[in-house]
Amino acid sequence: MAVNIAKEKWTSKVSEMVIGTEPNAVKVGGEATLPFLHFEGEIPNRPAMALEVNDMEPTDWPETVTKPFKGVLSDPVAWAKKNVEYGADLIALNLVSADPENKDASGEECAETAKAVAEAVDVPLIILGCGVEEKDSEIIPAVGEALSGQNHLLGLATENNYKRLAATAMVHGHNVIASSPLDINLAKQLNILITEMNLGADKIAIDPLVGALGYGLEYAYSIMERSRLGALMGDKMLSQPIISFVGPEAWKAKESKSPIDENPAWGELEKRAILWEVSTAVAFAQGGSSLFVLRHPESVKQLKTHFEKLMVSNKY
Amino acid sequence: MGLTGLEIFKQLPKTNCKECGFPTCLAFAMALASGKANLDSCPYVSDQAREALESASAPPMATVTIGTGEQEFTIGGETVAFRHDKRFENMTGIAISVADTDGTDAIKEKVNEVNKLLFDRVGMIQNVNLVAVNNKSGDAEKFVEAVKAVKESSKFAIALITEDPAVAEKALEVCASDKPLLYAATNDNYETMTELAKKSEVVLGVKGTDLNNLSELVEKIQELGYKQLVIDTGARELSQVLADQTQIRRQALRKVRSLGYPAFTMVCDDDPIQAVADASVYISKYAGIIVFPSADPAEILPLITLRLNIYTDPQKPIAVEAKIHEVGEPDENSPVFITTNFSLTFFCVQGDIEAARATGYILPVDTDGTSVLTAWASGNLTPENINESLQSTGIMDKVNHKKIIIPGGVAVLSGKLEDVTGLEIMVGPRESSGLPTFLKQRWNA
Repeated sequence: MAVNIAKEKWTSKVSEMVIGTEPNAVKVGGEATLPFLHFEGEIPNRPAMALEVNDMEPTDWPETVTKPFKGVLSDPVAWAKKNVEYGADLIALNLVSADPENKDASGEECAETAKAVAEAVDVPLIILGCGVEEKDSEIIPAVGEALSGQNHLLGLATENNYKRLAATAMVHGHNVIASSPLDINLAKQLNILITEMNLGADKIAIDPLVGALGYGLEYAYSIMERSRLGALMGDKMLSQPIISFVGPEAWKAKESKSPIDENPAWGELEKRAILWEVSTAVAFAQGGSSLFVLRHPESVKQLKTHFEKLMVSNKY
Repeated sequence: MGLTGLEIFKQLPKTNCKECGFPTCLAFAMALASGKANLDSCPYVSDQAREALESASAPPMATVTIGTGEQEFTIGGETVAFRHDKRFENMTGIAISVADTDGTDAIKEKVNEVNKLLFDRVGMIQNVNLVAVNNKSGDAEKFVEAVKAVKESSKFAIALITEDPAVAEKALEVCASDKPLLYAATNDNYETMTELAKKSEVVLGVKGTDLNNLSELVEKIQELGYKQLVIDTGARELSQVLADQTQIRRQALRKVRSLGYPAFTMVCDDDPIQAVADASVYISKYAGIIVFPSADPAEILPLITLRLNIYTDPQKPIAVEAKIHEVGEPDENSPVFITTNFSLTFFCVQGDIEAARATGYILPVDTDGTSVLTAWASGNLTPENINESLQSTGIMDKVNHKKIIIPGGVAVLSGKLEDVTGLEIMVGPRESSGLPTFLKQRWNA
């Protein structure tokens, strides 16, 4: 007896986010089914990948991941260009210098850096503050204004600082990342708060705060799956594309730092480290994430091949 | 399981003869539905009804066991498509392949590498499950030799990969008692292969040419009376395997009997990174067994870790042992961090102390594996039990200061904790990511 192919009849889909402007815009989301089930619904966009740039030379990145960027680590513009050469779809600019612990850089200084990077590359930007919520709500508006109309993706908006970030996105034509700590209800609530400020629901990406492989990956994985199911069943406040900050998490893991002589049973460091980043991203793509922030160029290259394999139709 | 009392009632004789010990057939049906009675108590149930009831009440996916003794492992028995709906039951079996054309020395060498694929993750030893011997030569003698070499040297169960029943028979003569997996029964050989599997009572891999063909083939094998199966649609391209394994899981949950078995596939990409990526997809999405070409620990460690993550019971957080954990090589001046034994919390603290390039002692208090705020709210993180942990572990004897650092989220405990312990309580950051800054500003200051 022929198998009666099991297809779910979803009533809705993930909203599609446009980052940047034509002809260099990147589209993410828009899926009308679970990850890569082409037999069930349309998947209009391959997941997109950003490579990170810090506006200060990173001090805590392991050598495996600084090696490919030798000579550009203290120059964000040169670094960003290098990332484009490496095949990044977007640049994720970390304005770490704004951290009061670092240079306490001002909004103007950050805006200047962001502007220089935006002018140097064609790809759209993901512009991230320093992670200090208060400070980010000062610098991101300045950056958003300086790049007005360019439709970048700004972050991180949290429950404590979303107002100024969302207002900036609205006034100056950008998207915003809504970040909440590993809880689907908090994610939904933050989306509600942001859309209540009249920023379009398709201008938000969800950051569920991911953990790397072996470091609580499964929590974010299940939040992503639940969120995707919610989107497909018509919950507009969970229908946003999901962004995964894989690079910062994967390269923090012991498995991507410990040399082989320290842990002989773990195998060669460089391959293991890249695989830590790749496998973390692969799992989150299966959970439902469609935008990835990565650190190593080899991961981008490999994941591009991987996603292309997954974009091959599997219709019955 | 699965059937309501009324559905069962329809299949019963409805004579209310009371011989089963229940006053009516309906009462008996209700008891059956809730698992409080056994169908055997009814002397008059027809064979047809018995078959219908038994098959309807069977779990959606068969559970099969491969190997014996230490090598034994179980796959299948899955009941949901999403881990958050309940949990995934039995971890994907990972097989590492060797070819009988490699020669016994090379095989033994690789098996030796496979034997080392044991990893300690959160206090649990995780390992691969099988060595898959591939009859690449097509020759029975070479295959038997290879199987013998694996049997002698491997810590794990064996999978026999051959579609030639004559070759399979010879190999089974050597290792049937080890309960290997026999792969594969195909359209051309299924009758003999099923006979062999039946005779040796080993799990049989069934390989179709696509989903439809697989389903038909399994039906034929079921008619021959064998149900210890793992099933393979034959797909080897990533996207198609994902679709097929999703179908197998969905069809199983819809009680399509010909697809109610664990899924089997082989990872084929020649690029090692791509192979791990493919395998990661299969582990996330429903594979019962994957055959992987490499024994390189750098490739296997991510797979083993992902498997553990995906198969973690969402309702039972993994706890770390509530004992003194050292970060780096701490000395008598190193800070002492108090947290809970929820593994995620613990790993965040550990990771962020490492990120700060600091050393320290972490004392996770046993809070039944709950996070800091949950534990505090449920009364599992109190000044008293923190003190008890401090005392029972003797952690303060390791340092020459009298300070402990508690999570910022439970700053409210500090007053009482100071009274109870007589120590200086330092309130750390709310999020462990603030630890590097905290250590720089407060500890080293």
